[in-house]
Amino acid sequence: MAAWARQLPWNEFASSTRGDPSTSPRSRSFTPSQDPSSKRVLTVSELTGLVRASLETDFPEVWLEGEISNLRAPGSGHLYCTLKDDAAQIRAVLFRSTAGRLRFGLEDGLHVIVRGRVSVYEPRGEYQIILEHVEPKGLGALQLAFEQLRQRLAAEGLFDRERKRPLPAFPRTVGIVTSPAGAAVRDIISVLHRRCPILAVLIAPVQVQGEGSAEQIASAIRSLNEWGRVDVIIVGRGGGSLEDLWSFNDERVVRAIVASAIPVVSAVGHETDMTLADYAADLRAPTPSAAAEAVAPVLSEVVEHLGTLALRCRQAMGWRCGAERRRLDLALAQIANVRFRILEDMQRVDGAVVQMRQAVQDALKGGWDTVHSVRHELVGRSPEPFVRHGLGQVPQLRSRLDGAMRYVLNRRKQEARSCLASLNALSPLGILDRGYGIVESLSTHQVIRDARQVEVGEAVLARLARGKLRCLVEEVMADLGLKSGSDPL
Amino acid sequence: MAGVKFEQAMARLEAIVGELEKGDLPLDESLKIFEEGIRLSKNCLKVLEEAERKIEVLVQDKNGKKQLRAFSPYDDDNHDSAPDS
Repeated sequence: MAAWARQLPWNEFASSTRGDPSTSPRSRSFTPSQDPSSKRVLTVSELTGLVRASLETDFPEVWLEGEISNLRAPGSGHLYCTLKDDAAQIRAVLFRSTAGRLRFGLEDGLHVIVRGRVSVYEPRGEYQIILEHVEPKGLGALQLAFEQLRQRLAAEGLFDRERKRPLPAFPRTVGIVTSPAGAAVRDIISVLHRRCPILAVLIAPVQVQGEGSAEQIASAIRSLNEWGRVDVIIVGRGGGSLEDLWSFNDERVVRAIVASAIPVVSAVGHETDMTLADYAADLRAPTPSAAAEAVAPVLSEVVEHLGTLALRCRQAMGWRCGAERRRLDLALAQIANVRFRILEDMQRVDGAVVQMRQAVQDALKGGWDTVHSVRHELVGRSPEPFVRHGLGQVPQLRSRLDGAMRYVLNRRKQEARSCLASLNALSPLGILDRGYGIVESLSTHQVIRDARQVEVGEAVLARLARGKLRCLVEEVMADLGLKSGSDPL
Repeated sequence: MAGVKFEQAMARLEAIVGELEKGDLPLDESLKIFEEGIRLSKNCLKVLEEAERKIEVLVQDKNGKKQLRAFSPYDDDNHDSAPDS
């Protein structure tokens, strides 16, 4: 506080003029004259102009402490606010050209120390302080700007842990964005090659502080990405003041780091320096050397690891082959065992075949014996002798049969003749021959034995020995006849 | 991006060693990846043996074309390599 108080020009100005009231602004003030005739009437503009001239002369440069309130930022780019303390307030304006140079943003409630000149805004008759410099009270301006930007970018998620990518385990080419002339680049290269002598290094040279350095750093990160043959990027510089490190707090640098497709390691200043680039990087190394340590694998370790892997590969395969070999031997032994059993089985089959063949032969032999004996028996029982004997008797028997037949026939012929004679005697035809006739009714074909069977006028048929007669009955004589007489037949 | 390929090769080699040591694969599969593993380890070693230490600077000429230039970190002439803006 003492520092800026000493610089207060108003105090100096005031003290230097205190001894000479004639040159004091107050001596030129227009106090009312005692003489009304010489009364001079001013216009508002005139008075305002005089007030303004007076204020601007008296307060060409003041340092002022107060709290910002009622901050307004219209499209013009000028900023308007009120500075106040517990008891009073003053309007303040920050023209666009001055506002653009501010490293931090003004906010309501912010305690600031300002430098400016007092003036009057004539159209409204308001006096105001035109600010030429603003810095936050207590906190440095850079720190405030840092904090404000950090919060804004953090809100965008640019510093999120999930964004961080792992570093490649075996980078071939390391890109370095730093000053080619600084100690940092030598430290980095020295550590990189101590650990891994075969690493390729690609430096994107930039100014790391001063005007335009932030844009250079951002553009170098993009260039390495475009170049493409880079596996990891170290962005950094050696130690320096907060101002020196300021480019690494630039929003463009932060965004270039976030946008980089290649993982980025930040290494800005010393352990205690924390820049926004550090927040944005995939890994924050406390120093450039530490960044190189983080990035470069130790070549001898890699080679050893590689050797170990190859050895383990061979050992595992060797063990496996041994195991498979043992399995094979076991399988071969089992096969030999099986082969032996098969031979055994074959022997058994051979034995069985011999037995079967014997059994079949035995069975056949028994069968043949039976066949022979049966055949013998059959031959013994042949019907041929009987047939031969029988055939010898046939002619003799036949002549005996013929004789017997003739004898029987003759006898039967004689018997038949005598029967026929008897039959003739009894036959109605024989009776008819002897002159008898048979009368039948013509209508009923009944033999008429009684005259009363017919009536007069009826036709009757009379059968004679030869031919028939159709006769009409003329008269029926019932009692006539040979009632007790014998039949003429 | 040679580093990426090397890293992938190392990762594959480690996976193969793990697989072989587990011994779950059929023999012919094992033999196949064993050969791949030996090939990979030789290739990786070859990459390391053939890798060359190089320090270069990426500079941009007036037409915006990027070029590589050799760089020696212990040479004060390197100040020239910084762009002049």
